[in-house]
Amino acid sequence: MARTPSPTPSLSQADIDLEIRDQQEAYDKAVAGGAPVLHHPRRDYAPYRSSLLRHPKQPLVAVDGGDPEAVELSGPVFGVTDITEHDSDLTLQHRGEPIGERMTVSGRLLDRAGRPVRGQLVEIWQANAAGRYAHLREQHPAPLDPNFTGVGRTLTDDQGRYTFTTIKPGPYPWGNHTNAWRPAHIHFSVFGTAFTQRLVTQMYFPGDPLFRYDPILRSVTDEAARDRLVAAYDHDLSRPGFSMGYTWDIVLDGPSATWIEEGR
Amino acid sequence: MAEHLLPTPSHTVGPFYGHALPFPDGDRVAPPGHPDAISLHGYVYDGAGAPVPDALLDFWQAAPDGSLTGAPGSMRRDPSTGGFLGRDGVGFTGYGRVPTDADGHYALHTLPPGNPGLPYISVCVFARGLTHHLFTRAYLADGPDPLLDSLSAERRATLIAAGPAARDASRAYRFDIRLQGEGETVFLEFR
Repeated sequence: MARTPSPTPSLSQADIDLEIRDQQEAYDKAVAGGAPVLHHPRRDYAPYRSSLLRHPKQPLVAVDGGDPEAVELSGPVFGVTDITEHDSDLTLQHRGEPIGERMTVSGRLLDRAGRPVRGQLVEIWQANAAGRYAHLREQHPAPLDPNFTGVGRTLTDDQGRYTFTTIKPGPYPWGNHTNAWRPAHIHFSVFGTAFTQRLVTQMYFPGDPLFRYDPILRSVTDEAARDRLVAAYDHDLSRPGFSMGYTWDIVLDGPSATWIEEGR
Repeated sequence: MAEHLLPTPSHTVGPFYGHALPFPDGDRVAPPGHPDAISLHGYVYDGAGAPVPDALLDFWQAAPDGSLTGAPGSMRRDPSTGGFLGRDGVGFTGYGRVPTDADGHYALHTLPPGNPGLPYISVCVFARGLTHHLFTRAYLADGPDPLLDSLSAERRATLIAAGPAARDASRAYRFDIRLQGEGETVFLEFR
Protein backbone atom coordinates (compact mmCIF):
# COMPACT_ATOMS: atom_id res chain seq x y z
CA MET A 1 0.00 0.00 0.00
CA ALA A 2 1.41 3.37 -0.97
CA ARG A 3 2.39 5.73 1.76
CA THR A 4 3.31 9.39 1.54
CA PRO A 5 6.15 9.92 0.86
CA SER A 6 6.86 6.70 -1.03
CA PRO A 7 9.29 4.44 0.81
CA THR A 8 12.72 4.00 -0.72
CA PRO A 9 13.28 0.31 0.02
CA SER A 10 16.96 0.42 -0.91
CA LEU A 11 17.71 3.03 1.72
CA SER A 12 18.40 1.62 5.18
CA GLN A 13 18.57 3.20 8.61
CA ALA A 14 22.32 2.55 8.52
CA ASP A 15 22.58 4.65 5.34
CA ILE A 16 20.66 7.48 6.97
CA ASP A 17 22.71 7.17 10.17
CA LEU A 18 25.89 7.74 8.15
CA GLU A 19 24.43 10.80 6.46
CA ILE A 20 23.25 12.20 9.79
CA ARG A 21 26.70 11.61 11.28
CA ASP A 22 28.42 13.36 8.38
CA GLN A 23 26.10 16.36 8.67
CA GLN A 24 26.62 16.51 12.42
CA GLU A 25 30.41 16.37 12.12
CA ALA A 26 30.43 19.05 9.44
CA TYR A 27 28.26 21.33 11.59
CA ASP A 28 30.27 20.77 14.78
CA LYS A 29 33.50 21.42 12.91
CA ALA A 30 32.14 24.61 11.38
CA VAL A 31 31.03 25.95 14.77
CA ALA A 32 34.39 25.04 16.31
CA GLY A 33 35.93 27.07 13.48
CA GLY A 34 33.87 30.13 14.35
CA ALA A 35 30.75 29.65 12.22
CA PRO A 36 27.51 30.87 13.82
CA VAL A 37 25.35 28.53 15.89
CA LEU A 38 22.20 27.55 13.97
CA HIS A 39 19.10 27.72 16.12
CA HIS A 40 16.83 26.42 13.38
CA PRO A 41 16.95 23.32 11.17
CA ARG A 42 18.79 23.31 7.88
CA ARG A 43 16.26 23.64 5.07
CA ASP A 44 18.64 21.69 2.88
CA TYR A 45 19.02 18.49 4.89
CA ALA A 46 19.38 15.48 2.62
CA PRO A 47 18.78 12.77 5.27
CA TYR A 48 15.19 14.08 5.31
CA ARG A 49 14.53 13.17 1.70
CA SER A 50 11.41 15.29 1.26
CA SER A 51 13.53 18.41 1.80
CA LEU A 52 15.56 17.85 -1.38
CA LEU A 53 13.26 19.62 -3.82
CA ARG A 54 11.56 21.87 -1.29
CA HIS A 55 14.26 24.26 -0.14
CA PRO A 56 15.42 27.43 -1.88
CA LYS A 57 18.96 27.47 -3.25
CA GLN A 58 19.22 31.25 -3.26
CA PRO A 59 20.04 32.93 0.07
CA LEU A 60 17.18 34.58 1.93
CA VAL A 61 16.90 38.33 1.36
CA ALA A 62 17.07 40.30 4.59
CA VAL A 63 14.33 42.85 5.24
CA ASP A 64 16.04 45.26 7.56
CA GLY A 65 14.22 45.42 10.89
CA GLY A 66 14.85 49.15 10.74
CA ASP A 67 11.92 49.49 8.34
CA PRO A 68 9.20 50.36 10.85
CA GLU A 69 6.52 50.11 8.18
CA ALA A 70 7.08 46.45 7.36
CA VAL A 71 3.68 44.77 7.54
CA GLU A 72 5.31 41.66 9.07
CA LEU A 73 6.18 43.56 12.27
CA SER A 74 2.53 43.25 13.22
CA GLY A 75 0.47 40.10 13.06
CA PRO A 76 -2.90 38.37 13.30
CA VAL A 77 -4.87 38.42 16.54
CA PHE A 78 -7.39 35.94 17.88
CA GLY A 79 -10.00 36.04 20.60
CA VAL A 80 -12.62 34.16 22.55
CA THR A 81 -14.74 33.76 19.42
CA ASP A 82 -11.98 31.63 17.85
CA ILE A 83 -11.89 28.84 20.44
CA THR A 84 -14.36 26.79 22.45
CA GLU A 85 -14.09 25.59 26.00
CA HIS A 86 -13.24 21.99 25.11
CA ASP A 87 -10.57 22.83 22.57
CA SER A 88 -7.78 22.67 25.14
CA ASP A 89 -8.87 19.26 26.49
CA LEU A 90 -8.38 16.67 23.76
CA THR A 91 -9.81 13.94 26.02
CA LEU A 92 -13.27 15.57 26.16
CA GLN A 93 -14.01 15.98 22.47
CA HIS A 94 -15.94 12.72 22.01
CA ARG A 95 -18.53 10.64 23.83
CA GLY A 96 -15.97 8.37 25.44
CA GLU A 97 -12.46 8.78 26.74
CA PRO A 98 -9.48 8.12 24.46
CA ILE A 99 -7.15 5.24 25.24
CA GLY A 100 -3.66 6.17 26.37
CA GLU A 101 -1.54 7.83 29.01
CA ARG A 102 -3.45 10.96 30.08
CA MET A 103 -1.24 14.02 30.46
CA THR A 104 -1.10 17.76 30.90
CA VAL A 105 1.24 19.77 28.67
CA SER A 106 1.81 23.34 29.78
CA GLY A 107 4.33 26.09 29.26
CA ARG A 108 4.85 29.74 28.46
CA LEU A 109 4.96 31.49 25.11
CA LEU A 110 7.76 34.07 25.24
CA ASP A 111 9.70 36.35 22.95
CA ARG A 112 13.49 36.34 22.99
CA ALA A 113 13.55 39.09 25.58
CA GLY A 114 11.57 36.78 27.88
CA ARG A 115 8.36 38.78 27.65
CA PRO A 116 5.13 36.75 27.65
CA VAL A 117 3.02 36.67 24.50
CA ARG A 118 -0.48 37.18 25.89
CA GLY A 119 -3.86 36.16 24.48
CA GLN A 120 -2.34 34.53 21.43
CA LEU A 121 -3.41 31.38 19.60
CA VAL A 122 -1.67 28.04 20.20
CA GLU A 123 -2.78 25.10 18.03
CA ILE A 124 -1.68 21.48 18.43
CA TRP A 125 -2.19 18.21 16.56
CA GLN A 126 -0.90 14.75 17.26
CA ALA A 127 -1.20 11.00 16.70
CA ASN A 128 -3.20 8.83 19.08
CA ALA A 129 -1.66 6.48 21.65
CA ALA A 130 -1.11 3.84 18.95
CA GLY A 131 0.76 6.28 16.71
CA ARG A 132 -2.08 6.87 14.24
CA TYR A 133 -3.34 10.23 13.00
CA ALA A 134 -7.03 10.82 12.35
CA HIS A 135 -6.07 11.82 8.80
CA LEU A 136 -7.15 10.03 5.61
CA ARG A 137 -3.67 10.00 4.10
CA GLU A 138 -2.26 8.24 7.15
CA GLN A 139 -1.64 4.59 6.15
CA HIS A 140 -0.02 3.26 9.31
CA PRO A 141 -1.98 0.07 10.15
CA ALA A 142 -2.49 0.98 13.78
CA PRO A 143 -5.97 1.42 15.23
CA LEU A 144 -7.87 4.67 15.05
CA ASP A 145 -9.39 5.74 18.35
CA PRO A 146 -13.03 6.80 17.90
CA ASN A 147 -12.64 8.98 20.99
CA PHE A 148 -9.60 10.90 19.84
CA THR A 149 -9.14 13.38 17.02
CA GLY A 150 -5.87 14.79 18.31
CA VAL A 151 -6.52 18.49 17.56
CA GLY A 152 -6.43 21.25 20.19
CA ARG A 153 -6.41 25.05 20.43
CA THR A 154 -6.11 27.56 23.20
CA LEU A 155 -5.27 31.20 23.90
CA THR A 156 -2.32 32.05 26.14
CA ASP A 157 -3.18 33.73 29.45
CA ASP A 158 -1.80 36.95 30.93
CA GLN A 159 1.47 35.20 31.78
CA GLY A 160 1.73 33.79 28.27
CA ARG A 161 0.85 30.34 29.58
CA TYR A 162 -0.91 27.63 27.59
CA THR A 163 -2.22 24.33 28.96
CA PHE A 164 -3.56 21.25 27.18
CA THR A 165 -4.95 18.01 28.53
CA THR A 166 -4.38 15.14 26.10
CA ILE A 167 -2.96 11.64 25.86
CA LYS A 168 0.62 10.75 25.05
CA PRO A 169 1.05 10.11 21.32
CA GLY A 170 2.76 6.95 20.10
CA PRO A 171 5.76 6.76 17.73
CA TYR A 172 4.88 5.89 14.16
CA PRO A 173 6.55 4.60 10.99
CA TRP A 174 7.03 6.75 7.90
CA GLY A 175 8.42 6.40 4.42
CA ASN A 176 11.73 8.26 4.50
CA HIS A 177 13.72 4.98 4.48
CA THR A 178 13.23 1.36 5.53
CA ASN A 179 12.30 1.07 9.20
CA ALA A 180 12.00 4.83 9.69
CA TRP A 181 10.12 5.75 12.89
CA ARG A 182 9.24 9.17 14.20
CA PRO A 183 9.80 9.74 17.92
CA ALA A 184 6.55 10.52 19.75
CA HIS A 185 5.76 14.22 19.31
CA ILE A 186 3.07 16.88 19.39
CA HIS A 187 2.89 19.43 16.57
CA PHE A 188 2.55 23.06 17.66
CA SER A 189 1.53 26.08 15.59
CA VAL A 190 1.95 29.42 17.38
CA PHE A 191 1.77 33.15 16.70
CA GLY A 192 3.66 36.00 18.31
CA THR A 193 2.85 39.69 18.33
CA ALA A 194 4.44 39.94 14.88
CA PHE A 195 4.05 37.79 11.78
CA THR A 196 7.87 37.52 11.76
CA GLN A 197 7.55 35.39 14.92
CA ARG A 198 5.30 32.77 13.35
CA LEU A 199 6.38 29.27 14.36
CA VAL A 200 5.38 25.71 13.55
CA THR A 201 7.35 23.08 15.40
CA GLN A 202 7.18 19.77 17.28
CA MET A 203 7.53 18.95 20.97
CA TYR A 204 9.20 15.70 22.01
CA PHE A 205 9.26 13.65 25.21
CA PRO A 206 12.37 13.20 27.37
CA GLY A 207 14.62 10.19 26.85
CA ASP A 208 13.05 8.91 23.63
CA PRO A 209 15.41 6.26 22.15
CA LEU A 210 14.35 7.25 18.60
CA PHE A 211 15.94 10.74 18.75
CA ARG A 212 19.26 9.68 17.25
CA TYR A 213 17.64 7.93 14.27
CA ASP A 214 15.20 10.65 13.25
CA PRO A 215 16.27 12.85 10.31
CA ILE A 216 13.56 15.41 11.08
CA LEU A 217 14.83 16.08 14.60
CA ARG A 218 18.45 15.82 13.43
CA SER A 219 17.80 18.49 10.76
CA VAL A 220 18.33 20.78 13.75
CA THR A 221 22.08 20.24 13.71
CA ASP A 222 22.78 22.13 16.92
CA GLU A 223 22.50 19.77 19.90
CA ALA A 224 21.51 22.49 22.38
CA ALA A 225 18.79 23.65 19.98
CA ARG A 226 17.49 20.07 19.65
CA ASP A 227 17.31 19.86 23.45
CA ARG A 228 14.97 22.87 23.44
CA LEU A 229 12.41 20.78 21.54
CA VAL A 230 12.17 18.25 24.38
CA ALA A 231 9.63 18.82 27.15
CA ALA A 232 10.54 18.20 30.79
CA TYR A 233 8.62 15.80 32.97
CA ASP A 234 7.15 17.97 35.74
CA HIS A 235 5.96 16.08 38.79
CA ASP A 236 4.29 19.20 40.20
CA LEU A 237 2.17 19.30 37.06
CA SER A 238 1.13 15.66 37.43
CA ARG A 239 -2.33 15.40 38.95
CA PRO A 240 -2.79 12.80 41.69
CA GLY A 241 -4.61 9.73 40.41
CA PHE A 242 -5.27 11.40 37.04
CA SER A 243 -2.48 12.50 34.70
CA MET A 244 1.24 13.01 34.07
CA GLY A 245 2.67 16.50 33.63
CA TYR A 246 5.06 17.89 31.05
CA THR A 247 6.38 21.44 30.84
CA TRP A 248 7.57 23.03 27.61
CA ASP A 249 8.24 26.75 27.08
CA ILE A 250 8.27 28.17 23.55
CA VAL A 251 10.54 31.08 22.62
CA LEU A 252 9.69 32.96 19.42
CA ASP A 253 12.35 34.30 17.09
CA GLY A 254 12.09 37.41 14.99
CA PRO A 255 11.60 41.16 15.50
CA SER A 256 8.28 42.77 16.37
CA ALA A 257 6.98 46.33 16.35
CA THR A 258 7.11 46.57 20.15
CA TRP A 259 10.63 45.14 20.12
CA ILE A 260 11.82 47.95 17.87
CA GLU A 261 9.93 50.65 19.75
CA GLU A 262 11.60 49.62 22.98
CA GLY A 263 15.05 49.81 21.44
CA ARG A 264 16.38 46.37 20.69
CA MET B 1 15.89 45.05 24.95
CA ALA B 2 18.43 42.26 25.18
CA GLU B 3 17.90 38.91 23.53
CA HIS B 4 18.57 36.63 26.42
CA LEU B 5 16.53 33.57 25.48
CA LEU B 6 17.41 31.23 22.65
CA PRO B 7 14.60 30.51 20.20
CA THR B 8 12.65 27.27 19.91
CA PRO B 9 13.70 25.66 16.62
CA SER B 10 11.22 25.33 13.79
CA HIS B 11 10.13 21.94 12.41
CA THR B 12 8.28 20.87 9.30
CA VAL B 13 4.49 21.01 9.39
CA GLY B 14 4.60 17.40 8.13
CA PRO B 15 1.91 15.68 6.06
CA PHE B 16 -0.85 15.35 8.65
CA TYR B 17 -1.97 18.90 9.45
CA GLY B 18 -5.01 18.71 7.18
CA HIS B 19 -7.51 17.88 9.93
CA ALA B 20 -6.01 20.44 12.30
CA LEU B 21 -4.89 23.70 10.70
CA PRO B 22 -7.15 24.57 7.73
CA PHE B 23 -10.49 26.07 8.73
CA PRO B 24 -13.66 27.02 6.84
CA ASP B 25 -13.47 30.53 5.36
CA GLY B 26 -9.69 30.53 5.85
CA ASP B 27 -9.53 31.79 2.26
CA ARG B 28 -12.41 34.29 2.62
CA VAL B 29 -10.78 37.32 4.20
CA ALA B 30 -13.04 39.72 2.28
CA PRO B 31 -16.66 39.98 3.43
CA PRO B 32 -18.89 38.16 0.90
CA GLY B 33 -20.05 40.37 -1.96
CA HIS B 34 -17.73 43.24 -1.06
CA PRO B 35 -17.41 45.40 -4.20
CA ASP B 36 -13.65 45.91 -3.73
CA ALA B 37 -12.80 42.22 -3.23
CA ILE B 38 -9.78 40.82 -5.05
CA SER B 39 -8.37 37.32 -5.37
CA LEU B 40 -4.75 36.26 -5.07
CA HIS B 41 -4.10 32.82 -6.47
CA GLY B 42 -1.48 30.60 -8.00
CA TYR B 43 0.48 27.40 -7.72
CA VAL B 44 3.25 26.26 -5.42
CA TYR B 45 6.01 24.36 -7.26
CA ASP B 46 8.96 22.30 -6.08
CA GLY B 47 12.49 22.17 -7.52
CA ALA B 48 11.42 19.72 -10.24
CA GLY B 49 8.63 22.04 -11.35
CA ALA B 50 5.98 19.74 -9.87
CA PRO B 51 3.05 21.28 -8.02
CA VAL B 52 3.14 20.91 -4.23
CA PRO B 53 -0.21 19.51 -3.07
CA ASP B 54 0.62 19.59 0.64
CA ALA B 55 1.70 23.16 1.29
CA LEU B 56 -0.11 25.44 3.72
CA LEU B 57 -0.05 29.20 3.21
CA ASP B 58 -0.61 31.83 5.89
CA PHE B 59 -1.45 35.37 4.72
CA TRP B 60 -1.22 38.62 6.66
CA GLN B 61 -1.90 42.11 5.35
CA ALA B 62 -2.99 45.64 6.17
CA ALA B 63 -6.66 46.53 6.04
CA PRO B 64 -7.74 48.77 3.11
CA ASP B 65 -7.36 51.83 5.40
CA GLY B 66 -3.79 50.81 6.25
CA SER B 67 -4.59 49.52 9.71
CA LEU B 68 -2.37 46.70 10.99
CA THR B 69 -4.23 45.96 14.19
CA GLY B 70 -6.06 42.94 12.74
CA ALA B 71 -9.14 41.60 14.53
CA PRO B 72 -10.26 38.33 16.10
CA GLY B 73 -12.75 36.15 14.28
CA SER B 74 -10.78 34.46 11.49
CA MET B 75 -11.80 31.02 12.78
CA ARG B 76 -15.01 31.70 14.69
CA ARG B 77 -16.35 28.69 16.52
CA ASP B 78 -19.73 27.38 17.55
CA PRO B 79 -19.64 26.63 21.28
CA SER B 80 -22.70 24.39 21.03
CA THR B 81 -21.30 21.97 18.44
CA GLY B 82 -17.55 22.62 18.59
CA GLY B 83 -17.67 23.28 14.86
CA PHE B 84 -16.78 26.36 12.85
CA LEU B 85 -19.13 29.28 12.23
CA GLY B 86 -17.11 30.93 9.48
CA ARG B 87 -16.28 34.63 9.49
CA ASP B 88 -18.94 37.10 10.56
CA GLY B 89 -19.31 38.58 7.08
CA VAL B 90 -18.62 42.21 8.03
CA GLY B 91 -15.27 42.42 9.82
CA PHE B 92 -11.77 42.30 8.38
CA THR B 93 -9.17 40.28 10.28
CA GLY B 94 -6.28 40.66 7.83
CA TYR B 95 -5.43 36.98 8.26
CA GLY B 96 -6.01 34.07 5.90
CA ARG B 97 -4.90 30.44 5.80
CA VAL B 98 -5.16 28.29 2.67
CA PRO B 99 -3.90 24.75 1.99
CA THR B 100 -2.91 23.99 -1.59
CA ASP B 101 -5.27 21.59 -3.34
CA ALA B 102 -4.35 18.35 -5.14
CA ASP B 103 -3.11 20.47 -8.09
CA GLY B 104 -0.87 22.58 -5.87
CA HIS B 105 -3.20 25.56 -6.35
CA TYR B 106 -4.38 28.08 -3.76
CA ALA B 107 -6.75 31.04 -3.87
CA LEU B 108 -7.22 33.83 -1.34
CA HIS B 109 -10.18 36.21 -1.51
CA THR B 110 -9.46 39.46 0.25
CA LEU B 111 -9.56 43.25 0.14
CA PRO B 112 -6.76 45.41 -1.28
CA PRO B 113 -4.11 46.08 1.38
CA GLY B 114 -3.65 49.76 2.28
CA ASN B 115 -0.11 49.63 3.68
CA PRO B 116 2.18 52.60 2.95
CA GLY B 117 4.13 52.31 -0.29
CA LEU B 118 3.38 49.54 -2.75
CA PRO B 119 0.53 47.29 -1.62
CA TYR B 120 1.59 43.77 -0.70
CA ILE B 121 0.28 40.68 1.07
CA SER B 122 2.76 38.85 3.30
CA VAL B 123 2.90 35.10 2.75
CA CYS B 124 4.30 32.41 5.05
CA VAL B 125 4.82 29.02 3.39
CA PHE B 126 4.70 25.71 5.25
CA ALA B 127 5.01 22.26 3.64
CA ARG B 128 5.92 18.68 4.22
CA GLY B 129 9.66 18.53 3.50
CA LEU B 130 10.17 22.19 4.40
CA THR B 131 11.93 22.17 7.78
CA HIS B 132 11.52 25.90 8.40
CA HIS B 133 8.76 28.07 6.98
CA LEU B 134 9.53 30.62 4.26
CA PHE B 135 8.33 34.23 4.10
CA THR B 136 7.65 36.05 0.89
CA ARG B 137 5.53 38.98 -0.33
CA ALA B 138 2.97 39.17 -3.10
CA TYR B 139 3.17 42.75 -4.39
CA LEU B 140 0.01 43.87 -6.15
CA ALA B 141 1.77 46.67 -8.03
CA ASP B 142 5.25 47.49 -9.26
CA GLY B 143 7.14 50.68 -8.56
CA PRO B 144 9.79 52.14 -6.26
CA ASP B 145 10.25 49.97 -3.15
CA PRO B 146 13.33 49.45 -0.94
CA LEU B 147 13.10 45.65 -1.06
CA LEU B 148 12.22 45.34 -4.75
CA ASP B 149 14.85 47.90 -5.73
CA SER B 150 17.55 45.80 -4.04
CA LEU B 151 16.86 42.85 -6.36
CA SER B 152 17.88 41.99 -9.91
CA ALA B 153 15.11 42.37 -12.50
CA GLU B 154 14.72 38.60 -12.73
CA ARG B 155 14.39 38.09 -9.01
CA ARG B 156 12.23 41.18 -8.55
CA ALA B 157 9.70 39.73 -10.95
CA THR B 158 9.10 36.75 -8.64
CA LEU B 159 7.51 39.08 -6.05
CA ILE B 160 5.11 40.90 -8.37
CA ALA B 161 1.67 39.33 -8.74
CA ALA B 162 0.34 39.52 -12.28
CA GLY B 163 -2.60 41.89 -12.19
CA PRO B 164 -5.96 41.21 -13.77
CA ALA B 165 -6.64 42.27 -17.33
CA ALA B 166 -8.54 45.55 -17.52
CA ARG B 167 -11.78 43.85 -18.48
CA ASP B 168 -11.40 40.93 -16.09
CA ALA B 169 -14.32 41.17 -13.68
CA SER B 170 -12.75 38.60 -11.34
CA ARG B 171 -10.06 41.01 -10.14
CA ALA B 172 -7.72 38.04 -9.75
CA TYR B 173 -3.99 38.46 -9.22
CA ARG B 174 -1.73 35.53 -10.12
CA PHE B 175 1.15 34.76 -7.76
CA ASP B 176 3.05 31.49 -8.14
CA ILE B 177 5.56 30.33 -5.55
CA ARG B 178 8.61 28.36 -6.72
CA LEU B 179 10.44 26.79 -3.80
CA GLN B 180 13.60 25.98 -5.76
CA GLY B 181 15.35 26.26 -9.10
CA GLU B 182 14.53 28.29 -12.19
CA GLY B 183 12.47 31.33 -11.29
CA GLU B 184 12.89 30.58 -7.60
CA THR B 185 10.77 32.95 -5.53
CA VAL B 186 12.60 35.49 -3.40
CA PHE B 187 12.21 34.44 0.23
CA LEU B 188 12.76 36.85 3.08
CA GLU B 189 14.29 36.96 6.52
CA PHE B 190 13.52 39.54 9.17
CA ARG B 191 16.09 40.70 11.67
